[in-house]
Amino acid sequence: MDTTKLKKLALSESGFIFDPSTGISYNSNEMAMRIISLLNKERNEAEIIAKITEEYDINQETFTRDLDYFISQLRNLHLVS
Amino acid sequence: MNVDLTNVNCTVAVTGLKTGDNPQPGTPVIRCLRDAGFKGKIVALVYDALEAGIYVEDLADEIYLMPFPSGGSEVFLRRLDYILSKVKIDVIIPTLDSEIINYIRLEDKLTDRGIKFFLPTEEQFLARDKTKLNRLFEELGISVPKSIFCSDAQELYNIVSIITFPFFIKGRLYEAYEVYTLDDAFAVFAKLKAKWGLPIIVQEKVIGDEFNVALLGDGEGGMLGMIPQRKIIITDKGKGFGGVVVENPELTEFAKKVISNLKWRGPAELEVIQNSAGQIFVIEINPRFPAWIRLSAGAGQNLPAMSLMKALDMPVEPIDTYATGTIFIRHSEDIISHISKFGTISSLGELHNKEGK
Repeated sequence: MDTTKLKKLALSESGFIFDPSTGISYNSNEMAMRIISLLNKERNEAEIIAKITEEYDINQETFTRDLDYFISQLRNLHLVS
Repeated sequence: MNVDLTNVNCTVAVTGLKTGDNPQPGTPVIRCLRDAGFKGKIVALVYDALEAGIYVEDLADEIYLMPFPSGGSEVFLRRLDYILSKVKIDVIIPTLDSEIINYIRLEDKLTDRGIKFFLPTEEQFLARDKTKLNRLFEELGISVPKSIFCSDAQELYNIVSIITFPFFIKGRLYEAYEVYTLDDAFAVFAKLKAKWGLPIIVQEKVIGDEFNVALLGDGEGGMLGMIPQRKIIITDKGKGFGGVVVENPELTEFAKKVISNLKWRGPAELEVIQNSAGQIFVIEINPRFPAWIRLSAGAGQNLPAMSLMKALDMPVEPIDTYATGTIFIRHSEDIISHISKFGTISSLGELHNKEGK
């Protein structure tokens, strides 16, 4: 997955995300911020699933579905490709 | 990084003090000069006694009503000479599209009167005219949305087979409307023809991210400074009432290419759109600072202050950094004044806010 654009986003602890190249901003929750941070560290989907299910009380099946959906949203926003 | 005008002692005339729902750039240009520490005299040249900037405290020291640009150069110079008998003007910063060509054409006569400015040449000014932009930029390899100039509403029947709906219909100088049907197109054509004359411009709608770039060209192909922003609040008239400074290397290179090709001298605002494939199109080049120019000072490039220094032949170092993420939010407020102020400017044609400065 190409995360070049994702790495250029300005992330704040509050969950506010600013894309300096387009001027578009987003609001995200703690989980989204955590996933973005893992993607920015070049973790693949399997590694992210392992990490998040270890850190949070969530089963693998549910999180895998949520992660797929979240990554598809990032694709739609042209933040990953 | 910002420019310091603390020690610049001169008198600067600025036009365009109307604010409201379609604000002119004069008021923010003056604020930029003051932000840079300018303590000289500001003379406001206005076309209407109710331009709101007249009534803003600590903005202009002296205000003079001017004849409309359509009145011709003789009337203009007669009025200017009267004003010069009252106050010396060293530099003028015109901010309205419709008047700038007159100032450019009168450069020699203004120079004779000791007035300087930092504006494009007539050739540069005319090259960016909406009716010429298309042909010129295609030759230079700069993308422009497909545009057709139309002098007869009947031509719309043929145009819809070349440019598909929705598209924009634009007046030669001002105003643009998006239309979805032939009925819409005919109605807008008639409205713009009555208001701004012919030709009317029919322009393809490019889907993508819209950016505005305020800049200052050095006249030799170089850029003294530029601030790109994306509108984050847009009024029903399409005016940006809020924006954020962005950093987009492709946009920067594109703006530099445009200015380099035109060898643009002075202030300008580029309106551009970047489509999802990354291709950037020039929509318009306005030959003046935009009404949101105070954002440039806020982001670290006080372009009006730099243009004043260039007009005064002072050395100006180009600035290529700025604070991405700086935003502006425009607000309106009621200014409390007295009817006597309106009476003075409307009956005498001039108002002196601060005596003895």
